[in-house]
Amino acid sequence: MANAKEIKTVLFGPVFANNPIALQVLGICSALAVTTQMTTALVMCLALTFVTAFSNLFISTIRNHIPSSVRIIVQMTIIASLVIVVDQFLKAYAYDLSKQLSVFVGLIITNCIVMGRAEAYAMKSTPGMSFLDGIGNGLGYSVVLLVVAFIRELGGSGSVFGVQIMPLISEGGWYQPMGILLMPPSAFIIIAGFIWVLRTYRPEQVEKKA
Amino acid sequence: MSSNNDSISKTLIVVISLCLVCAIVVSTAAVQLRPTQQANKKLDSQVNILRSVGLLEGSAPAARIAELFGKHIETRLVNLQTGEIDANCDRACAEAFDYRKSLKEGRALAATDDVASIRRISERAPVYLTYDENRNLKAIVLPVHGYGLWSTMHAFLALETDGNTIIGLNYYEQGETPGLGGEIENPRWRAQFVGKQLTNDAGELALTILKPGNADPQSAYQVDGLSGATLTANGVQNTFTFWIGESGFGPFLTKVRQGALTNG
Repeated sequence: MANAKEIKTVLFGPVFANNPIALQVLGICSALAVTTQMTTALVMCLALTFVTAFSNLFISTIRNHIPSSVRIIVQMTIIASLVIVVDQFLKAYAYDLSKQLSVFVGLIITNCIVMGRAEAYAMKSTPGMSFLDGIGNGLGYSVVLLVVAFIRELGGSGSVFGVQIMPLISEGGWYQPMGILLMPPSAFIIIAGFIWVLRTYRPEQVEKKA
Repeated sequence: MSSNNDSISKTLIVVISLCLVCAIVVSTAAVQLRPTQQANKKLDSQVNILRSVGLLEGSAPAARIAELFGKHIETRLVNLQTGEIDANCDRACAEAFDYRKSLKEGRALAATDDVASIRRISERAPVYLTYDENRNLKAIVLPVHGYGLWSTMHAFLALETDGNTIIGLNYYEQGETPGLGGEIENPRWRAQFVGKQLTNDAGELALTILKPGNADPQSAYQVDGLSGATLTANGVQNTFTFWIGESGFGPFLTKVRQGALTNG
């Protein structure tokens, strides 16, 4: 098993230093779709973290037996099975949320972060480290999603986790919601802003000009 | 990694055993969780029906909802063409009826009739008869749906026993633009419909959704639309036109107005 420092890098590196959304710009499709509310974003983050962690774990466990000719298919099978299980659980125990998330839980299958970590890390590393890598990347995804969802829900609906912070004019309050924040393009703008702030703070992430 | 991993037999063994394991895991999860999921679905539709008649505000524990629904609401099937309640299908039979499935199998609508762009209609549709504590009929809840700007919008429309006065309109499933057309779910907008009349004295549909700010609050037929969502509001109007019309619940509502339900 690796030493403590390596574990820390694997687990927390993806949060800011090597964030899958901000640095690698992977998996942003769902970041646009489920971030109009904090609650749906949080559930999506938990689902994605679960799937990434366990797909990494299982793929890493059998990595020495996966024929390289069909390795992508094998990875997809494992990921798809996990996603279906998560989706079934949400439908059974969090019905309202699963209705709001609708197709996007299923679309975790095609989320580039899951595939990317399986192919880039789990195929080469021990199961324990792969599991931590999955959790780490899930955390990195979650940080971005929750920041985006916070801005979109607060600005677009005046609430956080469904609790009204700023009363809307239409409900007799004073806040005129910014409708654009509820539309998918706003997530692009917020993610770009997030990347900008992150790269100003950590200039080593800026790509060199050719 | 040894090279024999890529031999045909090893590949087949790995792929087949992986598929078996995954298939078992997925089907176990699906089968084990199905009863809970179906209970959720049923509960969800009961909640929406109760909300449309104003028997429920917000949410409540599952047991309370089942109790309310069992006490107040009787599901029956209506033959849309004749407008008669299917006497052969009692409450339990009607509750087990899968409306979404029967819509898919139903007859295709001619383009000229298909005002609400719903393409197909089933032969029978459920109605939810609402009774008070003394078993007096208080309301009739009709499931309606129609196409808005992006999506099919599903709602429950609750009417008084005259078959004409609206008690409530509850949109519960739609994919319209959030913040604009999505506001059809907003309770403040839906509240406008309460007390309005569907048809005028001549029996023609008179309920109209106008541009926002133009509706006369004194009028029994006018409702404000949604700003920035003209096409969604048109979809709502079309939904009314279709379902109140002859292809929809028209024949049933005519019978209701003649007293088919209240005279026993």
